[in-house]
Amino acid sequence: MNGRAAILARIQSALARPTDVSIRGDSSTTADRAFSRFLPRVGPDADALARQFAENAASLHAEFHHVDSRDHLVERLRELATENDWRTIATHDGPLAKPASEALRVPLHCVGPDDDAATLAQCDAGISECDALIAQTGSVLVTAASAGGRALSVLTPHHVVLATRSQLTPDLPTAFELLARKYADACPSMISFITGPSRTGDIERTLVLGAHGPRRLTLFLLESEE
Amino acid sequence: MKVSIFIPCFIDQLYPSIGLHTVTLLERVGLDVEFRAEQTCCGQPPFNAGRCREARAIAEHFVRVFQDADLVITPSGSCAAMIKRHYVDLLADSECLQDAVQLGERVWELSQFLVDHLGVVDVGARLSGRATIHDGCHGLRELGIRSAPRRLLEHVRDLRLVEARESETCCGFGGLFAVKFPSIATAMADVKCGAIAEAGVDYVISCDASCLMHIQGLLDRRGDGTKCLHLAEALVSA
Amino acid sequence: MTQTARQFQRNCDTTTNDADHRSWIRIALNQAGDARSTAQARFNDWDGACGAASQIKWESLDHLAENLESFEAKLLARGASVHWAETGEDACAYILRVAAERHAKRIVKSKCMTTEEIGLNERLEAAGLKVVESDLGEFIVQLRKEPPYHFVFPAMHLRRNRISETFEREIGAAPTEDAESLTLTARQELRNVFLSADIGISGANFGVADTGMISITENEGNARLTTSIPRIHIAVMGIEKVIPRLADLALLLPVLATSATGQTLTCYNTMIGGPRQPGEVDGPDEFHVILLDNGRTRLLADPGLRDALRCIRCGACLNICPVYRNIGGHAYDTTYQGPIGAVITPHLQDLTNWKHLAFASSLCGACTETCPVGIRLHDHLHHTRSMVAERKTSGLEAMMARMYAFAALRPGLFQWCGRQMRRTLRMTTRFRGGRLDPFRAWRHTRDLPAAPAKSFHDLWKERKA
Repeated sequence: MNGRAAILARIQSALARPTDVSIRGDSSTTADRAFSRFLPRVGPDADALARQFAENAASLHAEFHHVDSRDHLVERLRELATENDWRTIATHDGPLAKPASEALRVPLHCVGPDDDAATLAQCDAGISECDALIAQTGSVLVTAASAGGRALSVLTPHHVVLATRSQLTPDLPTAFELLARKYADACPSMISFITGPSRTGDIERTLVLGAHGPRRLTLFLLESEE
Repeated sequence: MKVSIFIPCFIDQLYPSIGLHTVTLLERVGLDVEFRAEQTCCGQPPFNAGRCREARAIAEHFVRVFQDADLVITPSGSCAAMIKRHYVDLLADSECLQDAVQLGERVWELSQFLVDHLGVVDVGARLSGRATIHDGCHGLRELGIRSAPRRLLEHVRDLRLVEARESETCCGFGGLFAVKFPSIATAMADVKCGAIAEAGVDYVISCDASCLMHIQGLLDRRGDGTKCLHLAEALVSA
Repeated sequence: MTQTARQFQRNCDTTTNDADHRSWIRIALNQAGDARSTAQARFNDWDGACGAASQIKWESLDHLAENLESFEAKLLARGASVHWAETGEDACAYILRVAAERHAKRIVKSKCMTTEEIGLNERLEAAGLKVVESDLGEFIVQLRKEPPYHFVFPAMHLRRNRISETFEREIGAAPTEDAESLTLTARQELRNVFLSADIGISGANFGVADTGMISITENEGNARLTTSIPRIHIAVMGIEKVIPRLADLALLLPVLATSATGQTLTCYNTMIGGPRQPGEVDGPDEFHVILLDNGRTRLLADPGLRDALRCIRCGACLNICPVYRNIGGHAYDTTYQGPIGAVITPHLQDLTNWKHLAFASSLCGACTETCPVGIRLHDHLHHTRSMVAERKTSGLEAMMARMYAFAALRPGLFQWCGRQMRRTLRMTTRFRGGRLDPFRAWRHTRDLPAAPAKSFHDLWKERKA
């Protein structure tokens, strides 16, 4: 039995009695939504934002690198592949991620609709694009549309993110504005703000990286799209 | 200037000397002190227990006793908070609501009266030793009593004031709570006593005698010689 | 005293006598407090942030019906199912029906206090389904068959040796004192669970009305996996969790993370608005959202208490509460512990059996002071006490209150009563907390002052004479 009508009726009758003013304090009914002035300050220009992002990423134990060109990006990815002995990697059909991943000449799994998650789970790294890098918090904004679905950015032990300069965003409010603009008509079913590699403090409050999500998060900021 | 004093029920019965010290102190700063014998209680004990009907009757008596007093000074943060913050809701349906609200403006906790109203921080006291302050919860959170007692004690000669850990943590008295949940209350007092011991002081000073009764109760049971003093006691020392 | 109240006293006696336990909790919560202070300081204006967050949560309640209807409509448009459950039993029945109809056997869960509240795991297991908690802390207490100790830090009471023993006993892991190894054990154990589960059950920290999404805040990534891999995703969410706008999360997510764990943002903050959409490569085929009432409309109906429905479950009130710090989370025997738990449980459950929680407080107000959305927690505890007093007009306490008031209106009588109290105190000092001492409740563990011969009233009269 769906309790919809009953619950809505109870809500209506409950709210017929207004809240005591003494509890509510301010009786105004709308919140001040200019959140930026409450949240941590952000730098005034693109370089300051990049620096702020880098600082935040470092304190989160995320690796952050600037690369000048696509060639440079591929070079750095090859280094990662060698250092970490990547046997298979995964990526998605993105204009930046796919060609870069293919250039590594490591067995590549490109996520698709008929996939078995177990295949993806065997990959040593997942390479994805993103929607934004948020300077204020050191976060990466991904969606099911921009980052190859839901599992790619969380199932492998090493998540690599490819971002472009234009994706550097000052703060959380602007990031939400970006989402509203970009996905106005067709919102992806998953949006996620990723802030550092996976972690837990559940064991005696000791910080341990790589609880269930990736143990490593490597972010590349591509300065120029050539 | 004439002031009326309100002596809380448990100070009246268990720590009357605090009442005397309060009078001495106020006279020392040049005030003419009156004590209205019809006073009994501010109503906090039944109020805390949720017995609002009884608390209201007692509050109405309080308002009647003091309604024409120019100023009412009390050596208790929790009683002052009761009168100034809770009477307005407690007496919402009472005929004497308006009187209560206006009276509340003229009621002062002792340390705030001296520092914020009279502008007095030095009362010529001397007390030799190390002391730490316990901030009683109601005074702290409902009346903002934090700097006034510290400023007064900083001017007590030969007294070294130190901040202990947990100075703002509840001592565990909480009225009937202390006897309804004695294991929790004692554990809370234990935390305070531990912090006090760490601070290595001779005195624990507070604006609330009820808190001090609780803390001293555990200190004494443990044979810890640290002495709890009400602010008034510390300020009349010479 | 009810059974539950008696058990509560016994629980308190146990923890308060365990100095090691209390000391460990204090260390852990002091660390949490320090982390929060550091994170708070990063805000440009923390008080302003809390003020706005508080107002957003009031707006959420003011327009609760419209917000829930919009939330539902948007979800339905994207192919999700929405079920409104009046009771916990109803919610459990719905989930069992889905499991039966889809021939599901294995369930993985991410942290969801609402499912604890309705006893979901027990119902699922009784129906022969395998349920595994994936949040590390929840995984550990599930193995130990214990309830969560704190609704943000479920295993905070356990030292690593206990956790190692648990893993050794329940999943055959090698003993270790290393936190990384213990975490890796859980990671490996859960990997297969994620990959083979038929249903993933999650909670929701917020429900977004204008876009029809749930928002999940976590650090481990287990909620991301729970909601990505299994073919069916069921989210259970209290009706009070809905907020007006997606953009409100720009404020609420950092306020929650700062207050809960001392992070500006937790590792994963994920909004889910439907099952897999056309063109997406993965994601569940089905997404069910269960909107749970289970007594929340009862709280809503009290214009004083509905304030408590604005809780964002950050746990800060637990962390600061001297009662919680000294009795620990298990003593409460409730889903929600600490001040917020003490406020809502007597009303979500029943007043008769849970009213003692409202009295097990000194009303110090530290909870109210720390709450990031300004819930007047200690006032609500007091409000519950008044409700109890109004119902219990007979009995010892009611009589004592009436006698006290009778005396307090008669100054001469009040003085006389005070004299008798002091006499009794003097005469019974020698019993010192033993069974014959009328002041036993106090004097069992603490001394009382020596009874003065004269009251202040007496001394004043002498002074004047």
